[in-house]
Amino acid sequence: MMASLRRLRGLLRKEFLQIWRDPSSLAIAFLLPAVLLFLFGYGVSLDASNVPLALVTQRPSALAASFAGAFEQSSSFRMRRFLTIQEAERAMTDREAQGVVWLPSDFDRRAISGGNAPIGVFVNGVDTNTARIVEGYVQQVWAGWLAQQAAEAGRPAPLPIALQPRVRFNPTVNSRDFIVPGLIAMIMTLSGALLTALVIAREWERGTMEALMVTRVTIREILIAKLIPYFVLGMGGMAATVALGVFRFDVPLRGSLWALTVTSSLFMLAALGMGLLISTVARSQFVAAQIAIIATFLPAFILSGFVFDINSMPWPVQIITYAVAARYFVAILQSTFLAGDVWSVILPNAAALIAIAAIFLGAARALARKRLD
Amino acid sequence: MPPPNEGAPALRLEDVRRSFRVGKRVVKAIDGITASAAQGAVTGLIGPDGAGKTTLMRLIAGLLRADAGKIEALGIDVARDPLAVQARIGYMPQRFGLYDDLSVRQNLDLYADLQGVPADERPARYAELMRMTALGPFTERRAGRLSGGMKQKLGLACTLVHPPDLLLLDEPTVGVDPVSRRELWQIIDHLTHSAKVTVLFSTAYLDEAERCDAVLLIHEGRLLGGGPPAAFTAQLAGRSFFASAAVSRRRLQERLARAPDVIDAVIQGSRVRVVTGAPTPPDAAALALDLPGLTFAPTPPRFEDAFVARLRALDAAAPSAAAPAAPSAAAAPPSAAVAPPAAASPTEDVIAVTRLTRRFGDFVAVNDVSFHVARGEIFGLLGANGAGKSTTFRMLCGLLPPSEGALRVAGFDLRKAAASARGRIGYMAQKFSLYGDLSVERNLRFFSSVYRLFGARQRRRIDWAVAEFDLASQMSATARDLPLGFKQRLALACALMHEPDILFLDEPTSGVDPLARRDFWRRINALAETGVTVMVTTHFMEEAEYCDRLAIMAQGSVLTEGAPETIKAAARTKARPDPTMEDAFIAMIEAAADAPTQASRP
Repeated sequence: MMASLRRLRGLLRKEFLQIWRDPSSLAIAFLLPAVLLFLFGYGVSLDASNVPLALVTQRPSALAASFAGAFEQSSSFRMRRFLTIQEAERAMTDREAQGVVWLPSDFDRRAISGGNAPIGVFVNGVDTNTARIVEGYVQQVWAGWLAQQAAEAGRPAPLPIALQPRVRFNPTVNSRDFIVPGLIAMIMTLSGALLTALVIAREWERGTMEALMVTRVTIREILIAKLIPYFVLGMGGMAATVALGVFRFDVPLRGSLWALTVTSSLFMLAALGMGLLISTVARSQFVAAQIAIIATFLPAFILSGFVFDINSMPWPVQIITYAVAARYFVAILQSTFLAGDVWSVILPNAAALIAIAAIFLGAARALARKRLD
Repeated sequence: MPPPNEGAPALRLEDVRRSFRVGKRVVKAIDGITASAAQGAVTGLIGPDGAGKTTLMRLIAGLLRADAGKIEALGIDVARDPLAVQARIGYMPQRFGLYDDLSVRQNLDLYADLQGVPADERPARYAELMRMTALGPFTERRAGRLSGGMKQKLGLACTLVHPPDLLLLDEPTVGVDPVSRRELWQIIDHLTHSAKVTVLFSTAYLDEAERCDAVLLIHEGRLLGGGPPAAFTAQLAGRSFFASAAVSRRRLQERLARAPDVIDAVIQGSRVRVVTGAPTPPDAAALALDLPGLTFAPTPPRFEDAFVARLRALDAAAPSAAAPAAPSAAAAPPSAAVAPPAAASPTEDVIAVTRLTRRFGDFVAVNDVSFHVARGEIFGLLGANGAGKSTTFRMLCGLLPPSEGALRVAGFDLRKAAASARGRIGYMAQKFSLYGDLSVERNLRFFSSVYRLFGARQRRRIDWAVAEFDLASQMSATARDLPLGFKQRLALACALMHEPDILFLDEPTSGVDPLARRDFWRRINALAETGVTVMVTTHFMEEAEYCDRLAIMAQGSVLTEGAPETIKAAARTKARPDPTMEDAFIAMIEAAADAPTQASRP
């Protein structure tokens, strides 16, 4: 027992010295998450803003100008005016406009008489996601304008009663608040898996692993000696990333810090376990990095429910998502960041993380052999 | 001296087998080896690259599991209890795993922790190891900043931090400079004599066999022979001779190799070493017609002679083997298919290097190197790994710009016309840069087309290569699956497709078996005879003997330059009337090391 502890202490001291002297691990733990968070935090957006839109006013009037003004005030759109519908459609075909808003010649008359001015809206459906967003936004602007007109004229709002959507937990419907927690889960999956997979592959490449193997050290000691330092490093990176999200991207943190810490630790164990599992098959840093990206980063991005809704996936794909640790962590993070400590969300997902971490670490322990074949 | 044999052997191998799957092929890395190593002795595991040395070491260390057979180390069955064996052995892999970011001291601490050396025993143990390895002044230096020889010694120190009963050393001396090599051997001798450690030592250097108490000679996964080295050479008593005659040594060697009853003929210095099938010299009278003034002087046999004799016997027993035919069959002088290079005065230097320097950051890889090579000359760059040979080579091939100095190759200034110069150069890289997935024929076609050979001319050159290098039998085989010697021939053929004036060979015969090496040099000699200039790097001291002239490099500088005989003559002393190239190298390095220290002393 004493001898085992001494071996572990020796390995740990070596590992920390290496982390300190070779900055590549520090870069993976701190630099990589920061760069990715900046890149995706600003790059990935589910909001429509500055969407180019063509506006066709067949008969210019004060009312039509007021309507156009409502669009121009919205930061979502950038309006271009056209006199005929044909010109506007051509602009849409050339992708100079994402959609067309058409005020027919009887716009004024019907707006005054019925208070319900019909408009024509054409949306470029090539990009379905944007099309749907544009459609919704146009409707909102239109309904808002109608309601305003009605209020000014002292009339009740036109029927059907415009929906008053109330978005809970993310009042400004700022998609960044929703994206950043998801990004953190995704980025930390990659960082955690890379940390362990790369350092072990590096030991294989440099021949140090072969030399370790013939000492009295056991596989369990080697694995623990990798897990502890990179857990510390990974959690450091996690804290830095969360701080970046809160202070740089102004994402609110409504849940408690300790709930976040505990669940993050579970997730980090799962990510490091995945890296250890990768290291049992990859003996070069290149292969380890390739596997880590394909097996952790991409599923975390696509299958965690952070960008794409899991419920709308076909069931075989849904089943696969249960194996993606990021899925549970995304749910936990979105809850702790935007809603608070919602235990009904956090507890089952934390339980799933424990199970996944146990499976990965157990598999790594079972597959790692103190042999070269 | 006889090995101290105290009862049971320290290591017993019983019909050990192990194969690996390479693509679709199954390679028998170890093909039924039965052997043993006596306690307290140094047993040499000797064989060319790919013979199975590393696999055998790993099997003994419990890092690989045998397919069949039994391995018993220190009386313990390795397959049953690898941890118990690992607690008592020291194993130093080929590239010992030092942590470059850790200091000498921290590396030692780590292995002391891992091997369970109690804290109170460490100071004494460290002191002894530092004294043994002379690393004392460098304990705070990071391992990554040590020289190759020092790293090797630190690796050995880490392996020895807990005194092992059985020490497995996998090629600790290959590529290490001769001085460090000698120091490593001193440490090993010390261990076996004072600490009664059993050592299993693998090497590709045949001359190291004679330092071992016993030798296991392995070739293609099988044991070719075992026993004390003297027993190997005893069989050849009276069968080794030095031949000299009034013709060029290359002609003499070429002619003798074809003589009946000659098993081996290699150039050594100005003479040719001949091994015969019977204890009589070759019939000088029958050869005198071609070789005026032919004389034979008997010389004691060496280990390599015995190895060659055994390989030849093996070939004779299995004529169907794919191994290259013995020179006696294939030794018709190669046709002069390489056209003598176009006119230029024969005294002109084909390669001229003047005050060449190359720096990488603040590290000087090549420092103020100058030499000249004449047409048709074989010029060698000899030195340990890291001496600056490869960097010099890359600059000569126009692959790397020099930091300072002038380079002229084939009349072109490499700083201005690297591309033109490259068209006249053939280059064979260390690891034979062949396309492993392509067939032999596809490789030939590809490399000839790279050199802009098309149509009839390309066809003609490929036909030439196939005939010249005996490639016909394997034309459709993929390059990856070829035996090492065959790969080497193919790589040489590819480098010669465009009939270059100059041939650069980077460690060409590193690790191939002695027969393949002889075959290779026979071809190189023939090329040189047709006027091709050959430049070769090597860390094999023996290989230097094949060169007309050579430059010995250490730490980026040329220590000396000249004909092998001249260099060896300079190291001649009363105590050592016939120094080897290695002796000369060591004398040179010691002289270079002494000079500055003496100068700095008041």
